[in-house]
Amino acid sequence: MSQDQKHQVLKRKLGPEDLRRFETPAIERESHGQTSAKSSVPDSLSTVAVDFAGVTKSYGNKIVVDELSFSVASGECFGLLGPNGAGKSTIARMLLGMTCPDAGTITVLGVPVPARARLARRGIGVVPQFDNLDQEFTVRENLLVFGRYFGMSTRQSEAVIPSLLEFARLERKADARVSELSGGMKRCLTMARALINDPQLIVMDEPTTGLDPHARHLIWERLRALLARGKTIILTTHFMEEAERLCDRLCVLEKGRNIAEGGPQALIDEHIGCQVMEIYGGDPHELLSLVKPHSQRIEVSGETLYCYAPDPDQVRTQLQGRAGLRLLLRPANLEDVFLRLTGREMEE
Amino acid sequence: MIEGFAAALPANAWNWVAVWRRNYLAWKKVALVSLLGNLADPMIYLFGLGTGLGIMVGRVDGASYIAFLAAGMVAVSAMTASTLETLYAAFARMHSQRTWEAMLYTHVTLGDIVLGELAWAATKAFMAGTAITIVTATLGYAAWPSVLYALPIIALTGCVFASLAMIVTALSPSYDYFVFYQTLVLTPMLFLSGAVFPLNQLPGAFQQIARCMPLSHAIDLIRPVMLDRPISGIALHVGVLGLYALLPFFLSMALLRRRLMR
Ligand SMILES: Nc1ncnc2c1ncn2[C@@H]1O[C@H](COP(=O)(O)OP(=O)(O)OP(=O)(O)O)[C@@H](O)[C@H]1O
Ligand SMILES: [Mg+2]
Repeated sequence: MSQDQKHQVLKRKLGPEDLRRFETPAIERESHGQTSAKSSVPDSLSTVAVDFAGVTKSYGNKIVVDELSFSVASGECFGLLGPNGAGKSTIARMLLGMTCPDAGTITVLGVPVPARARLARRGIGVVPQFDNLDQEFTVRENLLVFGRYFGMSTRQSEAVIPSLLEFARLERKADARVSELSGGMKRCLTMARALINDPQLIVMDEPTTGLDPHARHLIWERLRALLARGKTIILTTHFMEEAERLCDRLCVLEKGRNIAEGGPQALIDEHIGCQVMEIYGGDPHELLSLVKPHSQRIEVSGETLYCYAPDPDQVRTQLQGRAGLRLLLRPANLEDVFLRLTGREMEE
Repeated sequence: MIEGFAAALPANAWNWVAVWRRNYLAWKKVALVSLLGNLADPMIYLFGLGTGLGIMVGRVDGASYIAFLAAGMVAVSAMTASTLETLYAAFARMHSQRTWEAMLYTHVTLGDIVLGELAWAATKAFMAGTAITIVTATLGYAAWPSVLYALPIIALTGCVFASLAMIVTALSPSYDYFVFYQTLVLTPMLFLSGAVFPLNQLPGAFQQIARCMPLSHAIDLIRPVMLDRPISGIALHVGVLGLYALLPFFLSMALLRRRLMR
């Protein structure tokens, strides 16, 4: 990581959005920043939790991760956003040392991976995309058994299990078998399991995929509680809303390439920069010529016209009197960025 | 590549215990059913063949046929128990249940997992073999107290067949392939290893093949101690079994690394 990038990270670390993390005092963050800004040797442990530099991975002749570079400051929530097959899980596996990159270097918690992955894993908790709890065990047994994999004695595990159960809101399910839990409860248990070794860094691979809205909100809330405790989180998702809500910064992936990186709002401002008018109910191609002069950019997707208009009233005036049209004016969101970057059906 | 393999080796001498204990906890919940299941098959063979064939065969090598067969069945039950555990149960934990994947997020390495699984399969083999040993000794078909020497050999036999089965587990795309190993490797071995009839009745070429098979070495050790007879070539038998336990362990680990960590 260059000195320049590091300053970027530091600047961001002290940015106003951090204030919402009440439990981590700003003072502490600042002092972190200063130590590393002064020292000429990168003091990676205190500021940079994860660093990928030029990482490439292919399976057969298919390139799955392509010259990927990003870095995650400790205490931040970093999103990896991409469609199915973009390489999100592969990145997570490489980070854990469960597969080796073909090229590039990975540093996690100050330790080179995969060379010293076992050491790095001491400080990592994992919430995998596919549930791998022990179905025949109870909630408590799952935690106990997992603690043993970290060399924790039964007594050590039993000392932390009550707080983990409380975190996962599973106090009353401690002796229920996993197969009796709902999908949301299972995901909460997986989160609790990931915390048993008190990790600094938590890797979450699509934590809310397949959950109902209640469970999803619970997971989001729990995730924020972790950030408030000063944990670093790497979150993969293909839900734009999730990324927008939770991530301090994110990286948009397409076919394993980093096509954009930054804070959610910064990305929206940079790539869209105005409100979006969705127009449907008419022939989009016919409408296109009408609104074009008043728009910064127009896209057509299916039967919907997306009109990026600095002055939406003009567009509205233009379309007045046309029957059957429906207009929706809304602030731009990450989905617009994503679709812009990866291309909608047709772009004008 | 070499470096990667080294990282996958067991991390230390005790990490595997956590894996073993996970399997033990799961087994405890179904212990009775599992024990009965493991025992029924060899018992039926022992008494079915032993009494039925025993009438026609008479005495074999100076012992009653059922006493002769008992030693074979002890070894075979160890072989079957550890093979089935490693083929089906360990494969499920690796493949469909993703239990190994969860273990790999922790301090446990792939080598620790394989070692823990082998130790667990050997434990099940030990339980099955020991149970049959106790039954046959109680009925007077095996000699006290020399039969006790059979116990470590049963455990070693369990290790050997777990290790061999781990190669099959590492290579199989699905459960369907296990039956080939069972019918094309284990069943012939059963007949070529002196489990049900003495080897010296076979043509010379088959006797040569038998000498290469781990089961015949296990039986050559177990039968004398159960019949309280002197054993010849202990070092050779133990050495061969040791190699059969060790080499497949490293081979299966390399194969599993290629399969799981690519
Ligand atoms: N072990 C493997 N062998 C061969 N190809 C693989 C392997 N693992 C992943 N791939 C391929 O790499 C690509 C990226 O997979 P990956 O699981 O990282 O994507 P993802 O972004 O996590 O997708 P999803 O949103 O579906 O989880 C896919 O095309 C997949 O088929
Ligand atoms: Mg994935």
